[in-house]
Amino acid sequence: MTPPQRRRRYPVKQEPPAEPLRERPADTEDADGNEGKRKNPERLYVITGAVQGGDRASLDLVTLIVARAEPPPSASPEQSVLLRLCKDPLSVAELSAYLNLPFSVVTVLLTELLTAELVQARYPIIRESLADRSLLEAVMHGLQKL
Amino acid sequence: MDFKSSDTIPGPRTEDRLPSSTQAAVKIVVVGGFGVGKTTMVGSVSEIRPLTTEETMTQAGIGVDDNYGSDSKTATTVAMDFGRISITDQLVLYLFGTPGQERFWFLWNGLFEGALGAVVLIDTRRLEVSFDVIGRLEECGVPFVIAVNAFPDAPRYPIEDLRSALDLAPDIPIVECDARRRASSRDTLMTLMRFLHSIKMTKASV
Repeated sequence: MTPPQRRRRYPVKQEPPAEPLRERPADTEDADGNEGKRKNPERLYVITGAVQGGDRASLDLVTLIVARAEPPPSASPEQSVLLRLCKDPLSVAELSAYLNLPFSVVTVLLTELLTAELVQARYPIIRESLADRSLLEAVMHGLQKL
Repeated sequence: MDFKSSDTIPGPRTEDRLPSSTQAAVKIVVVGGFGVGKTTMVGSVSEIRPLTTEETMTQAGIGVDDNYGSDSKTATTVAMDFGRISITDQLVLYLFGTPGQERFWFLWNGLFEGALGAVVLIDTRRLEVSFDVIGRLEECGVPFVIAVNAFPDAPRYPIEDLRSALDLAPDIPIVECDARRRASSRDTLMTLMRFLHSIKMTKASV
């Protein structure tokens, strides 16, 4: 039996398969949908309170966030919860999971907290910055303990 | 939006908290088609209960992420499961089970670019669903290993036939695994780490 054969892709930019555009009028919000969960994206924008197109801190999924202060009285409920959750370091991905908010929304909320110096960000070690092999060896030792 | 009030969001269990000494994280991506066992693999080695991060995508806004303010678009939620392994008091490893469909990857900025490497999980009954993933990793220069999740009723091919079918360079490791078993999933991650280490050594000696 022969397995199917992969063809190497040419460096030509391939367009993603055409998706049928699923626009619908704004006033039929509860139109039935059976693919994925559908939400009104407008409300995400409202939660973040951010100006559209505003700068966001470059936060990775695994940037660790640590609270530097108690929530001030002026903090929004979302910000207060974020500050409470990251008394100990917690990744942006975990914050997104516990808050049940999309990653992009959490990064906007965190950008505000970073600007206000209420949280500290500990940036991840990424592949390009790998200075030596000691990090790889540390991960291998860590995995062996599992 | 399912946002709950502050009191009802439990946050991490005590045993799922990271020590305050944790300074940095690294990540590995487990990628493969729907149903090949990405979540199973992440769950079998994770020290925390696997979690899910979501991202919302508007159908009309593919490639554009600043249209939250518009009101006539349909939003689709794409989910990604992840787990965590403590390496030292200072270092923590995250594992992300990433959807195989390329068009979702841009949703999480830097997901692949910053990763140490990737495990491409394949099911020999549907080898072709991993072709795009492999092509994309090659284009991004992300080092990867192939893990064949050994489903009982899946056809078994000699490793060299798989290498040829997937058109892989001779140095790319191909291993069999059982994603349900912690030891097997850990060994797969070790294979990736050894591969990354060997790349590092080769580069260092040039």
